[in-house]
Amino acid sequence: MTHSLSIYLLVAAILFGLGVYAIMTRRNAIAILMGVELVLNAANLNFVAFARFGGMNSSGHVFALFVIVLAAAEAAVALAIIINLYHNLHTINVEEASTLKQ
Amino acid sequence: MDNLQSLTYFAPEWGLIATVVVVLLVDLIRNRRDDRQVGTWFVAGLIVTALLLLGNTPDHTLSLFRDAVAWDPFSHFFKEIVLLSSLFVAVVVLNSRELDGYPLGEFYMLLGIMILGMFWMVTSIDLLMAYLAIEIVSLTSFVLAGYLKRSRRSNESALKYVIYGAFSSGLMLFGFSYLFGLTGTTKFHAVAAALRNLDPSAYGAVVVASILILAGFGYKISAVPFHFWTPDVYEGAPTAVTAYLSVAPKAAGFALIIRFFHDVLAVPTGEGLAWSSIGNLPWPQLLAILSVVTMTLGNLVALRQTSVKRMLAYSSIAHAGYMLMALPVLSQDGVFAILLYLVMYLLMNLGAFFVVIVVENRIASEQFEDYRGLGWKMPYLGVLMTLFMFSLTGLPPTAGFIGKFYLFAAVIKAGSAYYWLALVGVINSVISLYYYLRVVKMMYLKGDPQETLEGAGRFYRSVLTLLALPTLLLGLYWAPVAEWVRQSLLLFKP
Repeated sequence: MTHSLSIYLLVAAILFGLGVYAIMTRRNAIAILMGVELVLNAANLNFVAFARFGGMNSSGHVFALFVIVLAAAEAAVALAIIINLYHNLHTINVEEASTLKQ
Repeated sequence: MDNLQSLTYFAPEWGLIATVVVVLLVDLIRNRRDDRQVGTWFVAGLIVTALLLLGNTPDHTLSLFRDAVAWDPFSHFFKEIVLLSSLFVAVVVLNSRELDGYPLGEFYMLLGIMILGMFWMVTSIDLLMAYLAIEIVSLTSFVLAGYLKRSRRSNESALKYVIYGAFSSGLMLFGFSYLFGLTGTTKFHAVAAALRNLDPSAYGAVVVASILILAGFGYKISAVPFHFWTPDVYEGAPTAVTAYLSVAPKAAGFALIIRFFHDVLAVPTGEGLAWSSIGNLPWPQLLAILSVVTMTLGNLVALRQTSVKRMLAYSSIAHAGYMLMALPVLSQDGVFAILLYLVMYLLMNLGAFFVVIVVENRIASEQFEDYRGLGWKMPYLGVLMTLFMFSLTGLPPTAGFIGKFYLFAAVIKAGSAYYWLALVGVINSVISLYYYLRVVKMMYLKGDPQETLEGAGRFYRSVLTLLALPTLLLGLYWAPVAEWVRQSLLLFKP
């Protein structure tokens, strides 16, 4: 059983790494959001795997459900902001959005 | 305590929820030409909430909703701070020209939800609750920062806010997931108990989890190196929102950070608390370095700003650094100093930002250059801004001095290992003197005394006086506030 837990954790860690990499390197706001989703889902996978294999109570599953809901809310707000940015700037490249100086 | 019983202790939260619903309904049926009506309802709702909050003052500690939130004097203090700053900001927005042409109903509704999120942030003693609260506050503040839909600067600030916010909360969540896996529970106190019996081979994972969690918390209080969003968001957002973001969520972030460190990563000893040695991570040193880097970077970059609003953004980073200074100490004195400083910081920082709003309404600029001679053109405003700048520097006899005095005292009391930290704090205060006084110099040393601008208006004069009087008086007589803070030092313990 512990063997299968470690596989899940490995997959989650890889997902997390890919997500962080995408956030760091991508310049397209939508791609960055996708990176964030990867990070959140990596955490979800951890929660569910721990709850399933760690012999723990169901709070891990509950946590994952809440995270899914919040991820949806966050994506909605972020996409609304990006659409609005596109209306004003005609780009969703985060580097071209630089009216505010560094 | 189970869910039904807990509801009676939730009166202020009920008040807030009712306020949000009423604002939503009033916004639907109100007279289309009168946008202010909503704001009046909102302010009335906040006052009712404040009364409910005062009627719900805890004299002992409890945990509500099956150990999800705490009901204790500590969280009560932070709720009062959040509500006080919300009242100021709500009233100012009602009279500011900044949001002209944008719907106010939604603004107040979002503000109400954000306050609710902060109430939960300061009370949560559960990982899930803490995450939910942080996200509620973040999601609403993203929208508020980008509220000026047609302004490119506001759009951009919202974009940067949402990207950094989503990223850091993702990191924090990943840290939570490891903490949950290691301990099998999401309750702070149970996590702490499980960590103490942890197998040393898992210490590495605890270190990774703690650092990821620190990233999430550091983002909320804009500590370096998680501060990148702060200057751009503060500059681009509507100034009233900036003023709010620099005070209320920061206070809530400090509440969460203090509670988390005290509950999870510290162990009770005979005469107080000591850092637990899980993972052999030197927490006090780490936090001390975080504090030093935060205040130094904030102050040094603030020196070369050309916009007063952006300068205040960096100054708020520096102030987070000062407050962090008292965190590694882990003593009652340290928590006392942070709480006292938050009261002083609320007054002087809101005051400074409100002056920026008044000037912006008059001359449509926030550049240092345009503050030239302002002290002569608007005499009363000039005097108040000078007072706020002195207070932010920490010069006596202002509230800022008393706040800083207690911070340094708490650090020095903790022993000679922390003397260097206090010294760095003092040096930083001296650096900050330069850029705060630059505002004063701009206002008075240049310009033509003959010219006068139309004054700030009776409304702004009274709000600013309400902030300025305590800023001055608390520098001379602070015993009542000290007493209020002293009674709020009790955290929930199972």
